[in-house]
Amino acid sequence: MRALTWHGKHDVRVETVDDPEIVNPRDAIIKITSTAICGSDLHLYDGYIPTMMKGDILGHEFMGEVVETGPKSTLQKGQRVVVPFTIACGACYHCGKHQYSACDNGLPADNQDIAQTLYGQPMSGLFGYSHMTGGYSGGQAEYVRVPFSDIGPLVVPDGIDDDKVLFLSDILPTGWMAAENADIEPGDTVAVWGCGPVGLFSVQSAFLMGAERVIAIDHFPTRLELARSFGAEIINFEETDTYNALMEMTGGIGPDAVIDAVGLEAHGFFVDNIIDQIKASTFLGTDRIHSIRQAIIACRKGGRVSMPAVYGGFVDKFPLGAFMEKGLTLKTGQTHVQHYMPGLLNAILEDKIDTTFLISHHLPLEQAAEGYRIFHDKQNEVTKIVLKPGLEFAA
Amino acid sequence: MDDAQTRELRDDAPLPAWKHGDPVDAATDALIEPRGDQLLSSTVTINKPRAELFAYWRDFARLPSFMENLERVDMIDEKRSHWVAKAPGGTTVEWDSEIVEEQPGTYIAWASAEGADVPNSGRIDFRDAQAGRGTIVTATILYDPPGGMIGKAVAKLFQREPAIQARRDLRRFKQLMETGEIATSSRNRAQAQQERQ
Repeated sequence: MRALTWHGKHDVRVETVDDPEIVNPRDAIIKITSTAICGSDLHLYDGYIPTMMKGDILGHEFMGEVVETGPKSTLQKGQRVVVPFTIACGACYHCGKHQYSACDNGLPADNQDIAQTLYGQPMSGLFGYSHMTGGYSGGQAEYVRVPFSDIGPLVVPDGIDDDKVLFLSDILPTGWMAAENADIEPGDTVAVWGCGPVGLFSVQSAFLMGAERVIAIDHFPTRLELARSFGAEIINFEETDTYNALMEMTGGIGPDAVIDAVGLEAHGFFVDNIIDQIKASTFLGTDRIHSIRQAIIACRKGGRVSMPAVYGGFVDKFPLGAFMEKGLTLKTGQTHVQHYMPGLLNAILEDKIDTTFLISHHLPLEQAAEGYRIFHDKQNEVTKIVLKPGLEFAA
Repeated sequence: MDDAQTRELRDDAPLPAWKHGDPVDAATDALIEPRGDQLLSSTVTINKPRAELFAYWRDFARLPSFMENLERVDMIDEKRSHWVAKAPGGTTVEWDSEIVEEQPGTYIAWASAEGADVPNSGRIDFRDAQAGRGTIVTATILYDPPGGMIGKAVAKLFQREPAIQARRDLRRFKQLMETGEIATSSRNRAQAQQERQ
């Protein structure tokens, strides 16, 4: 089959690789119909994530048609499914509590050592996202092997477009969980750093959960305009001092809840950010954390901090004093996708949520490498790329 | 002398976490018929009842399904078994083993018979986890790497971070018991086969 493979920093290629097969009883093979490039795929593209190997197939936002099932899969051939990016067993203690991204068994035993050492305990597996998260082949391909297919994939009804449900695989549940983690109370002001897909879905979700005001922060005009179209007030951090703006906009109180939807590739030239970049490039520290720092300083006393943004390693200059003195609460984590999928599918079917506005490009899988390049270089124009294995070459 | 300075307070930490003292001595005391002076010990919590886990483990012939270094285990009779483990260069090491004490649902203690390539002994304990969270499984194994050529091979086999190997084996046991399969990222069966070797 054809698949998008990783070969190094800014080097991804569409190649012919071995087809996937049923390996374990609960597996299913899915024929991909749509697969998106995620903002976090750019972390791989930029070489920030360790334990990648040449030839790894990327992609963790995908959906398609069931073409083969193992003896213990509950799926049926021909069903259309959206696959969650977290690989979870459904049987361990954490899955029992719906903490799917904390699954004990999603990672192969040998791949658990790194997370055990770095984080204290192993986490769930992830599709197409380095060997630390399992080394599973991702979905930017014609076919994919889906483990634990009786637990993960969500069957979607025929007659609804891929574009409407594809984002159930990751970014919609992630944006929703980010807003849920902000424990929003009616009348709250919520500030969101980053108007990428997760940030924009957080803006929408925050309003649905009762926020009165949402303030969205970014520097790409297209993304800020999208946030505004959902009713958010906007701050362009290149034009404006974000802390001062937030304090003035909230009458000197600060936002009741803050959401960091930026994460380890915070862009923008701030002094602490540049120090982080130097450290990242010399392996002294992997995570650049300007946005979470600013969010903590801006957050009102006793407020809530939600952090959907991906961080992988260690940081310094974390404002622990402000965090403690103001009595803030932090909630974070990889998304428990399986927990949120059914409810959000219903919201889509009832037209309460429409995520199709996000998609700026459809490309054939064969042009995936080009997709990575433009997504990386033109973040103002390119908000989301959906790859279609069947699509003819664009002219 | 101040009593506080001389009094020894033994804390509740399990063997693998000790910074002082001799965990091998303690493990030796805990085993019924100790053999060997190299210690492996690891604990895992499995979301299944004690009786079910005990029953699976008690049929030693099934252990190679999750213990990567074992080629096969043949049950000779109710108490005795023959073990064949992989060694570098496609060779194997073998020994007979006997259950020296057991309590159904709670623990199994075994020791290798005379003439083992790798004298060893161990016990596997099953305890209820709190609040219905399943079973806490602890493996404690002592083994004695022999000298000579075979010793070198065995040392290579077992001492390549043996604690990590034991932990991985227990994780695979947990996966098999909780999910009915052992997680793999292999894309196809040929790859999976290769990874098991």
